Amino acid sequence: MLTIHCGQNHLKESKRAVNSLRDIVDDDDDDLEKVSWSGDPVGSISWSIKETASSSTSSLESRDSSLQKGYSSYSAFPKQASSYSLSSLFKGEGSCSAWFQLMKSSPVGGRTVIHVAEGLKGEEQVGSWGLVQPGDLPHHPYTIFYLLCLQVCSLERFRSLQDKLVLLDEAVAGHDGNIITAVKILFQELEVRQVALCHLIHFLKETSEQKLLLDLLRFLDRTEEVALSQYREHLNIQDVEKRREFLKGCIGLPFSAEDTSHVQDHYTLLERQIIIEANDRHLETAGQSEIFRKYPRKASILNMPLVTTLFYSCFYHYTEAEGTFSSPTNLKKTFKIPDKQYVLTALAARAKLRAWNDVDALFTTKNWLGYTKKKAPIGFHRVVEILQRNNAPVQVLQEYVRLVEDVETQLNLATKYKCHDVVIDTYRDLKDRIQLAAYRCKVERGSAEEEKIDSILNNTQIRWKN
Amino acid sequence: MSPLDRIANVSILKQHEVDKLYKVENRPTSSTSDQFCFLVRPRIKTMKYIADIINADKMAGRSRKYKIIFSPQKFYACEMVLEEEGVFGDVSCDEWSFYLLPLDDDIISMELPEFFRDYFLEGDHRWINCVARALQLLNSLYGPFSKAYGIGRCAKMSYELWRDLEEESESDSQGRKPEIGNIFLMDRDTDYVTALCSQVVYEGLVDDTFRIKCGSVDFGPDVTSSDKSIKVLLNSQDKVFSQIRNEHFSSVFGFLSQKSRNLQAQYDRRRGMDIKQMKNFVSQELKGLKQEHRLLSLHIGACESIMKKKTKQDFQEMIKTEHSLLEGFDIRESTSFIEEHIDRQVSPIESLRLMCLLSITENGLIPKDYRSLKTQYLQSYGPEHLLTFHNLKRIGLLTEQSPGETLTAVESKVSKLVTDRAAGKITDAFNSLARKSNFRGISKKLGLIPRVDGEYDLKMPRDMAYVFSGAYIPLSCKIIEQVLERKSWLGLEEVLRLLNGNEFSVTESAGEDSPAWESQRIILTVFLGGCTFSEIAALRFLGKEKGYKFIFLTTAITNSARMMEAMIETKA
Repeated sequence: MLTIHCGQNHLKESKRAVNSLRDIVDDDDDDLEKVSWSGDPVGSISWSIKETASSSTSSLESRDSSLQKGYSSYSAFPKQASSYSLSSLFKGEGSCSAWFQLMKSSPVGGRTVIHVAEGLKGEEQVGSWGLVQPGDLPHHPYTIFYLLCLQVCSLERFRSLQDKLVLLDEAVAGHDGNIITAVKILFQELEVRQVALCHLIHFLKETSEQKLLLDLLRFLDRTEEVALSQYREHLNIQDVEKRREFLKGCIGLPFSAEDTSHVQDHYTLLERQIIIEANDRHLETAGQSEIFRKYPRKASILNMPLVTTLFYSCFYHYTEAEGTFSSPTNLKKTFKIPDKQYVLTALAARAKLRAWNDVDALFTTKNWLGYTKKKAPIGFHRVVEILQRNNAPVQVLQEYVRLVEDVETQLNLATKYKCHDVVIDTYRDLKDRIQLAAYRCKVERGSAEEEKIDSILNNTQIRWKN
Repeated sequence: MSPLDRIANVSILKQHEVDKLYKVENRPTSSTSDQFCFLVRPRIKTMKYIADIINADKMAGRSRKYKIIFSPQKFYACEMVLEEEGVFGDVSCDEWSFYLLPLDDDIISMELPEFFRDYFLEGDHRWINCVARALQLLNSLYGPFSKAYGIGRCAKMSYELWRDLEEESESDSQGRKPEIGNIFLMDRDTDYVTALCSQVVYEGLVDDTFRIKCGSVDFGPDVTSSDKSIKVLLNSQDKVFSQIRNEHFSSVFGFLSQKSRNLQAQYDRRRGMDIKQMKNFVSQELKGLKQEHRLLSLHIGACESIMKKKTKQDFQEMIKTEHSLLEGFDIRESTSFIEEHIDRQVSPIESLRLMCLLSITENGLIPKDYRSLKTQYLQSYGPEHLLTFHNLKRIGLLTEQSPGETLTAVESKVSKLVTDRAAGKITDAFNSLARKSNFRGISKKLGLIPRVDGEYDLKMPRDMAYVFSGAYIPLSCKIIEQVLERKSWLGLEEVLRLLNGNEFSVTESAGEDSPAWESQRIILTVFLGGCTFSEIAALRFLGKEKGYKFIFLTTAITNSARMMEAMIETKA
């Protein structure tokens, strides 16, 4: 990769060459047409492929109701518990006839089903890769069900699965062990056929059948997925108050211990942001606060990540006491932000405001004797880089360049950012006369730096290594 | 650019009385046409949009004709949604069996970026049929493949389904001479590492930086050094691009400057020409030179823009970290580089990518690191990425090492003992226990990290490692090389075990005489779940070295950013 640097010269050179040709070549755009395809400004064709893969799960509107825990009961479902038997679950007349229709109307459809079935050749052998004859289907109750689950998509009989889930709910509610078992077997059949199960779950996600999805995941004991699927819903809630309420409800969901604390933090963060936003919007419109007048806010802080919020707070509320929600120290404490992260963010914010004293204070520690010392949880080369990006003056910059531990890095940074004093001192300490002499031509003629170099070079006390 | 642009652009469509083109979106249309034709991928979301449009028309008492053309196939789920939304009776449906889009002389894309997420994350097999049909199509055009190799569960399924389609269709391709001798199918999850690396060959770098869409790129004002963007078709027709696309980025500069000097010299020739020569020059050469000049300045502009962006991002340091991860050195140092990358909010996608690379090369993060990196990531880029981490864990891109490797030992023993299908079932049953990558072991067995004495000459590459600055030979390409060399999987047993198997090799034309040598040189490589430009460049290089000709069929062109983005949950 080092070659890239040498390459840059080539690049510049070739750019010059090409640019010099520009006056010879006049611009005519008809050639351009050949190189670049361009439609008409309307241009955008109705089905352009989205760059990112599809992720079309979850519903269009928020469904707070999905937060209800446990199985909800459907009063609409007709109770006829006594007639429930395993086979009656499958032999819905509708299912079969739908299948016949499907088979008749499009042989392709049948194939699709079958190829999916390959992955789950169980003992029943749902026709391996061949076309299943319509007549084969209804004989085995399970078969219908597999096909149903595989092609839930294809059949309006999908209802019947929903019915089954409802049935399960009912069964659980009615403590009818017999039926619970019956329905359970059905699900278990599905469970061992992982591909079918994946399809079903994906399909439920795609069609935003959140309720059904959650029931299925619950049945499968995939509690963590239940929690995550519910949590996912918050993405569709635009209103912040509603979102906050929703997140509050998420806290009790069966996440892993680790994720529970993340969700808790998510809720707390949004709660804080709502408070901060209300206050600051007020401050800003009132026009009383100098910082808001000088640096009007570009966007609201709502729904921003924690680090962004911390930056914001370091920018607008740096000096506030720990008691206020908007103070950086409060954020740091509440969310247990590591030192490193805190310092990086505070540094960036204060440097952006060119508050060099604050930057200084950020790294100054006092020991018990009262001596001050500069310390940083991040490398000082990072500090220098951040300061430089914020156009810190050389005086500030060189103080931190001096603190870089590795001499070579220090020298590189000092040279790059023209911290002459540091460069000169380092060469002196290294007793490198040749480098120092060479550096002389890089400083301004007649400047204090030049004088300094000369006095060092003339110093007979130094025992140069070269 | 969309696939349709490549086939029928706006003016062609207008010639066929298309009034206006719209993107199918979640919003009402304002068109006054009395016929709507929706040309769509079979997606649930799109169906809902269409249903909304139709229902809005109904509410407004407006009657139109609606036709939905599904490409490449109609899924029953789509019809079901239409039915549920109460518009099934209002539309007529059709299918456009559009499977293959040639992006270049040697690249065919199915333009199905969703394949990756649907299959590898959701475990949905809906697109396998499309792959099989694409193969069937190629087979009908170029005759039977005499030898088929593959690795991965999806590869196996696609191949088997295709064979069944062939048997059923009873087409007379049997008697045909094969034009494509070999086919090699590979699942993307066989090798995630390669797809996660920063690309440094020119075409890959352009893709990473500007996003090549359907073989074309939008060069913005920073490249064109004017105030407009230019759409450029990047393929072998572009005389400048075709010479630099496969080169390591560092050699591109030299090439471009040489090229511009030559160009200068050619222009200079016109000095001292007489009238007749000048006339010849203008009528014959000038146009070509102008074209070349324009291309040159575009690619130089692109290089400059890339350099600018990359220096800003600490590219050098990032590459160094990637190389350490690939080699397995300084893991602590790399981990803290990634940590700092996250803390500084450099880029959510890049941070994810680096974490995944660390995880795959190290067979999962140690629990302490996993927790701390995840927490910091959520703090830097938003708590909702909880869902992203869950997805990454499920697909196996970012995992946590289980305390004690006993489980792994048991797992591998079990999979050795039981049959392939049963092993597959076990893997599936523990869906969340994504497969182990075993990268270190594989890398050692296949020698993926070249031993370098002195500097690796990127201008005169000696192996495929040049596509990653000489630091790493792409695993996917190495597997293909090894199998083609052996003409089988024999001798690769140990590697296969580490890769979780699912390999196959089938000789088709058993009874026939030895097929033409010419066709034997041609290998159709099928990437299920996407392939990167670096892999294409590496195999082109291998082809040149060994006298093969590779043709690429991929579900989509991919890169690390696209893969990471596919893992992120978005609102509906």
